[in-house]
Amino acid sequence: MVLLSRKATCNSHGQDSSYFLGWEEYEKNPYDVIKNPQGIIQMGLAENQLCFDLLESWLEQNQDAACFKQDGQSIFRELALFQDYHGLSSFKNALADFMSENRGNRVSFDSNNLVLTAGATSANETLMFCLADPGDAFLIPTPYYPGFDRDLKWRTGVEIVPIQCSSTNGFQITKLALEEAYEQAKKLDLNVKGILITNPSNPLGTTTTRTELNILFDFISKHKNIHLVSDEIYSGTVFNSSEFVSVMEILKNNKLENTDVFNRVHIVYSLSKDLGLPGFRVGAIYSNDKDVISAATKMSSFGLVSSQTQYLLSSLLSDKKFTKNYLRENQNRLKNRQRKLVSGLEAIGIKCLDESNAGLFCWVDMRHLLGSKTFDAEMDLWKKIVYQVKLNISPGSSCHCVEPGWFRVCFANMSEETLKLALKRLKKFVDDETSKRSCQKSESQRLKGSRKKKITNISNWVFRLSFQDREADER
Amino acid sequence: MKQLSTKVTSNAHGQDSSYFLGWEEYEKNPYDETKNPNGIIQMGLAENQLCFDLIETWLAKNPDAAGLKKDGQSIFKELALFQDYHGLPEFKKALAEFMEEIRGNRVTFDPSKIVLAAGSTSANETLMFCLAEPGDAFLLPTPYYPGFDRDLKWRTGAEIVPIHCSSSNGFQITESALQQAYQQAQKLDLKVKGILVTNPSNPLGTMLTRRELNLLVDFVSSKNIHLISDEIYSGTVFGFEQFVSVMDVLKDKNLENTEVSKRVHVVYSLSKDLGLPGFRVGAIYSNDEMVVSAATKMSSFGLVSSQTQYLLSALLSDKKFTSTYLDENKKRLKIRQKQLVSGLEAAGVTSLKSNAGLFCWVDMRHLLDTNTFEAELELWKKIVYEVKLNISPGSSCHCTEPGWFRVCFANMSEDTLDLAMKRLKEYVESTDSRRMISKSSHERIKSLRKRTVSNWVFRVSWTDRVPDER
Repeated sequence: MVLLSRKATCNSHGQDSSYFLGWEEYEKNPYDVIKNPQGIIQMGLAENQLCFDLLESWLEQNQDAACFKQDGQSIFRELALFQDYHGLSSFKNALADFMSENRGNRVSFDSNNLVLTAGATSANETLMFCLADPGDAFLIPTPYYPGFDRDLKWRTGVEIVPIQCSSTNGFQITKLALEEAYEQAKKLDLNVKGILITNPSNPLGTTTTRTELNILFDFISKHKNIHLVSDEIYSGTVFNSSEFVSVMEILKNNKLENTDVFNRVHIVYSLSKDLGLPGFRVGAIYSNDKDVISAATKMSSFGLVSSQTQYLLSSLLSDKKFTKNYLRENQNRLKNRQRKLVSGLEAIGIKCLDESNAGLFCWVDMRHLLGSKTFDAEMDLWKKIVYQVKLNISPGSSCHCVEPGWFRVCFANMSEETLKLALKRLKKFVDDETSKRSCQKSESQRLKGSRKKKITNISNWVFRLSFQDREADER
Repeated sequence: MKQLSTKVTSNAHGQDSSYFLGWEEYEKNPYDETKNPNGIIQMGLAENQLCFDLIETWLAKNPDAAGLKKDGQSIFKELALFQDYHGLPEFKKALAEFMEEIRGNRVTFDPSKIVLAAGSTSANETLMFCLAEPGDAFLLPTPYYPGFDRDLKWRTGAEIVPIHCSSSNGFQITESALQQAYQQAQKLDLKVKGILVTNPSNPLGTMLTRRELNLLVDFVSSKNIHLISDEIYSGTVFGFEQFVSVMDVLKDKNLENTEVSKRVHVVYSLSKDLGLPGFRVGAIYSNDEMVVSAATKMSSFGLVSSQTQYLLSALLSDKKFTSTYLDENKKRLKIRQKQLVSGLEAAGVTSLKSNAGLFCWVDMRHLLDTNTFEAELELWKKIVYEVKLNISPGSSCHCTEPGWFRVCFANMSEDTLDLAMKRLKEYVESTDSRRMISKSSHERIKSLRKRTVSNWVFRVSWTDRVPDER
C-alpha cells in the first residue's frame, strides 16, 4: 500500500455520484444525429456552442493571431519564452476592456488589478488560498455549481457553509438566510472569511438583483473581516445586458472606493462561457487589494495561461468591432435558444424559474413529476430521465438545493434540432407518466411500499460508485 | 489590516532576496547589443534559445498545427471545447514517445500514466499535494533550484530537509549525507515522505550517476518512501555518456511492476528541452494508479491549453523532427557550454565538469575575500554591478559552501557570451592586481562593506518580479 496524502485518498469532496452516473451513461451511449439517434442527449454540459461561426470567421480573416505573427513578422520566439506571471499586457488590457464592455461600459477595469489563471477553476482556488486558512469557511447561496465543493475546499482545507435559498422567492438571497448561514458557521466553530456568489447564477440562470447585492454589501460593511467574491463567469450570457449588475457597479454607485469594503470585493472571470473556449484555460481574478493581487500573481505560477493562447486572444479581444458584434449576437442567440427550451417545456406543463435571464441553462421545476417530495424521489425521476427518456440533466441535489424536484437543463451545447428532439422525448415521457398516474392511482398505495425498496437499492448502488475517472466538471 | 490567509502574509517561503536584486538590476539596465551595449547581461536565466530556428522552420512547413486545422479542415470548435483533464490522447502519446526517445528507447512510457500539468511548477506542487500532508518532509540534495522552496512548500505546507552535498566529491549524493538528512528530519519531528532529485541537476549541470541512482532507489525501498525524479533537463544531455533515468534503474534492477516502482515518479516539461516555457507544458509520470487518478483531478487547477496541446502533438508526432531536433539541440548546447567553460578558464575560473543542462556550476571560491556567504554576496554584487553580469549565487540554491555560482549559457548569442567572458576576464585581472596592491586596506574595507550590503539585500521585500527561471 503506497502512502499517499489524505487529499489523494479521501474521495469525493462533495462529489455527487449522480453527476458521475449521468456522465458515464452518456459516454457509453452518446446521441449522434446520424450514428446514434437513440443515444442519450447531453443536457448537463454548460457549454456555449452558439457562436463558433463568429470566432472561426474572425480566425480566417486574422490568421497571424494563431500563427505567432505580428504584422506579418514571426514573434514565435518571444511568445515561446514569455512566462511572466504578470501576463501579456496587451492581453490583460484587452481583457479588461472586454469586461467593461460586458457591463455596458458602466464600470472600468484596471489591467494592473487583473491576475490571469488557468481557467476560473484555478482562479477560485487561488482566491481561497489567498483569503482563507484551512478550517475557515465561505458562505455560498444554494443551489450552487457542484464543482465548488472540489475547487474551493479540496486542497485549500476551506469549508463551505450554505446560504439556503428557496423557491418561495425565486431562490433569491435573503437577509435572514444570510444571517442564519453565518450563525450556523459560528455554531460549527468556523471562522467565516467570506461569501462567494456566482452572478449570473449557476444553476439558476438569473442575474443577482440589486436588492440581493445590497444585502450582501450591507453584510460585509458590518462584518469587517469578510470578503465578497463574485464569480461573474456568465456575465456575457445575460440576454439583456442592462439587467446585469456587477459588484463593480455597486462599488462605484455606492461610492465605496475609499472604504475598506473596496478591498474586500473580488471578481472572478473566464472566457469559457461567454466565448465558449473552455479548452483554452483562460480565467482571471480582479481585485482592488494590492496584497491579494501580489499573492495571487505569484500563485498563478501554478496555473499560467499559455502565451500562445494569450496572444491569440489579445488579438481577438482587441478587435472592438468583433467584440461589439459578438457580445450582441451571443446574447441574441442565447435568448432565442433559451426561449425555445422554456416554451418547449411549458408545452409539456413544465415550468422554468420565472426570472431566468442569463446563462446557458434553465432551472427547471419538475416537482410535480416526483413520486414524493423527497430527494429519493428526485433521484428516481432523474434516473428515469437518464435511462428512459435518454436525457442527461443535472439533479438539484447535486447543486445542494434544499428542495427536491429541481433540475438544471442546458440549452446552448446542442443544435436546435437536437433540442427539439429532447423536448419531444420529454413530452412523450410526461404524457406517459400522466396517463400511468391516472390509471394506477388506486394501485399506487400498494406499489409504494415495494418501490421504496427499489429506491434504496438504487441509492446504494449510486453511492457505492467509487471515485472513478470521469470528465472534468462542466459548470 | 486586511484579513488575508497566513500563506499570503507570511512572506518569502525561502525566496532569496539576492535573486530579486539581480533580476531587478537587470530589468533596470538590460544589455542590448545596439541599444545598451553596457547593460547587464542576463546569465541567471536557464532558457534554451539555441534551437528556435528548427521549430520555426517546422511551423512554416506545417501551418495547420498552429492554424487549428487538421488536414486543412478547421478543428477550432473541437479544440475550443476540449477541457478533458485526461488530456488530448494524441498529445500524451506523442509526449510519451518523445520521453522514450530522449532515453534512447531503453524504457517505455505508458500514455495512460501521464498526467499533464501547466508546467513542471504545477506538476511538482501537485505531486506534493498527492504524496505529503502539511508538515511532512521531502529530502532534497543541495544545491537545488531556488523555486522549489515555493513550489514544494508554499501552499502545500510540506517541508524540505536538505541532503548536504559538497565539492569534495563533485556534489554527488552520498549514503551518509542521505542518512544524515533523514535523521535530521526525525530530529525536527518531521515525517519523511520522500526524496526529490533533479536529474540532470539544476544547478550543477551534471547527470546523477548510476551509483547515486541505485543508492536512492535502495534507500526509498528500505524506508518505504517516494522518489520523485524531476527530469526536466533530460533532453539537454550533451556529454558522451547517455542519460540514465530513474526509469532505467528500475528496469535494470528488475523492479518494474513492484511496490517500489509505484513509489517512483517522474516529472517532465517542454520548457527546457524545447525552449517553450511560455506554453506551460508539464507532466507527471507515475506507476501508481491512485497517484495518477488524484493528480489527474488536481490537474483541473492547471490544465494545458488545448490549442497548445494540439500544436505540440503535431510537432512531437513528427519523428523526423524530434530526432533531428534532439540531435541538433545536443550539439549546439555542447558547443555553447564549451565556449563558456573555455571563456571562464581564460579568466582563471574553473567549473564543475558538466555534461548537461543550460548552465555551469562555477567555482569562484578563489575570488572570495573570506570563505563566507557574506563574501559570496559581496562578490556577487560586484559581478552584478561592476562586471554587469547577472549570475546566481550558490547561497540562493542552498549550497553549503560559499563561492559557487550558476552561470547560464544557452539564453544568449555567441557574441554576447564572448562579451560576458571578456568582462569577467577584465574584472578578474583587475582584481588580482588590486589585491596585490591593497592587501592591507582590505580588512578595513571588508567590515564596512559587509554591513551595508547585507542589510540592504535583506531589506528587499516581497516585491513583484518575474517568475523563477530554473
